[in-house]
Amino acid sequence: MSNATATAPNYELIQRDGLDTGLLEISMGPHHPSTHGVFRMDVKLDGETVVDLQPVFGYLHRNHEKLAENMSYLSSMPFTDRLDYFNSMTNNWAYALAAEQLIEIEIPERAEYLRVIMSELTRLVNHVSLVGFFVNDLGALGTPLLYAFREREKILDLFEQASGARMMCNYFRFGGLRNDVPEGWLDRAREVVDRFPKFLDEYEKLLCENEIILSRTQGVGNLSKELAISAGITGPMLRASGESYDIRKVDRYGIYDRFQFRVPYSEGDVGDCYDRFMVRMLEMRESIGILKQALDGIEDGPVLGNAPKVFKPKPAEAYGRIEAPKGELGFYLIADGTPKPYRFRVRPPSFINLTVLRDMCLGQKVADAVIILGSIDIVLGEVDR
Amino acid sequence: MTTPNTSPGIDLDDTTRAELERAGVIVSKVDYLYNWARGGSVWPLTFGLACCAIEMIASATSRFDISRFGSEVFRPTPRQADLMIVSGTVTKKMAPQVVRIYNQMPEPKWVIAMGACAISGGPFKQGYNVLKGIDRYIPVDVYLPGCPPRPEAVLQSLNYLQEKIRTQDIKSDPAFTVGRRQYPVPEFTGTDLEPPYNPEVWQPPANPNAQPLEEATA
Ligand code: SF4
Repeated sequence: MSNATATAPNYELIQRDGLDTGLLEISMGPHHPSTHGVFRMDVKLDGETVVDLQPVFGYLHRNHEKLAENMSYLSSMPFTDRLDYFNSMTNNWAYALAAEQLIEIEIPERAEYLRVIMSELTRLVNHVSLVGFFVNDLGALGTPLLYAFREREKILDLFEQASGARMMCNYFRFGGLRNDVPEGWLDRAREVVDRFPKFLDEYEKLLCENEIILSRTQGVGNLSKELAISAGITGPMLRASGESYDIRKVDRYGIYDRFQFRVPYSEGDVGDCYDRFMVRMLEMRESIGILKQALDGIEDGPVLGNAPKVFKPKPAEAYGRIEAPKGELGFYLIADGTPKPYRFRVRPPSFINLTVLRDMCLGQKVADAVIILGSIDIVLGEVDR
Repeated sequence: MTTPNTSPGIDLDDTTRAELERAGVIVSKVDYLYNWARGGSVWPLTFGLACCAIEMIASATSRFDISRFGSEVFRPTPRQADLMIVSGTVTKKMAPQVVRIYNQMPEPKWVIAMGACAISGGPFKQGYNVLKGIDRYIPVDVYLPGCPPRPEAVLQSLNYLQEKIRTQDIKSDPAFTVGRRQYPVPEFTGTDLEPPYNPEVWQPPANPNAQPLEEATA
């Protein structure tokens, strides 16, 4: 196992135009402001061009799966919050979906609506912060990120009122939700949702046709549809490469079959950083549409079904998957008749999306490698688990 | 109007002070001035490890606005930073880098251990790859509990740190007495860290149930 900075820089002399130049090997990370956490890329550079790239993982390996196999099913719920820590609600949902397959359980109507509302709000939080960080990586220090976080706070306030926590909500239960939302919450949510398009207009005006963004992202980090499909890429990244695949449409888990929404995807067979950025901007609009329908359709009722007090499923396997903001998030459980899962496996979207990083970066400038990484949208809690 | 008494410990009544000030003389202590300047411009390192980092970023954004306390200048390089906010889970693979970054920071330097993970391993304490508290390798000034702590709590921990800075004494300041403090970087062997802690900064707590050897054998 190699130690982080122990490798000495490796210079290989190459001849170019009668000059001796060297290949330079640099290690970006694990402490690097653009790696979105503790991720490391060993990059080989010829001048400024990336000729080789090796990702190095494991700096945030927190033993999620092993810990979960040693505790009861429900105790893993708060741990799923910490996988992709931007999107605790969707993580909860994927896990609940998997566990709900192991037992017969009826989910009340109101809980289904609230689940959709929460996960679409989460999608807004994720995409808006991602775009902020992405533009931050491009060099627009501050402003877009501050705008993004301003909107994020409004949604986090809603989460806090409903679940008691801003980030680590731990709000879902097998068979529903932990508690109902407080009085007046739906009105406040409606207000936030109604105001959001105004912010999006402003954001789009600021960013979408910005000269610098266009020239730095168009044609950078190309990912072909073919490679994306064969590498198992999901989520906005796959859609930016031209494949309209969305688990909300394919599986129609929960009550997604009741809502009208479109799946934005880019035309053509190749997706670049700009496509990935635009797909997310458009997805936010669709999420607002879903939120409006859900907030109109929701009715009073219980939020927790007939969940057994002791969760002890019969031996079985289950795989629950959802369209998380970053892609397909799946939980695979093997029950062996005890109150603990025999196997607990997470299919993390950002880890699998990261596998094409090298293909996208080769031949690009090193400064572009940073934004290519930013456009993938990784969260290290989920990549390393 | 007189300025607030900036020289506690110097025996000077308010009238004399006011008179001196009118003549353009301010009586103060070097310590006070030093600490006032240092406490008001603590530059944190842009250093995120896990979930807590997001709340650290949130504390710098417009709603919480850490710049009210003089700490909005997040520096990506340890050479320009005063404060390391260890925000998140320190795994065994990451711990050597954290210590190395700490070693690279110039004096004066402080550390805030943010979140349950950085304090003790937090929810992941049982895991085989998680360091049970960064204070085993580097000295921590403020412990900030929470999972994650709210941004307001980040601000409060900064206030506590400023309070601590206010009590500092130049005579015993490591910046002048020992120079840049550096601690041995542990080595990640693939399964564990070697050594498991730095005895200079951390000792395992005494076991209250332990009996002296003679008693136990008697
Ligand atoms: S204390 Fe909680 S929020 Fe902070 S890094 Fe650890 S698990 Fe994440």
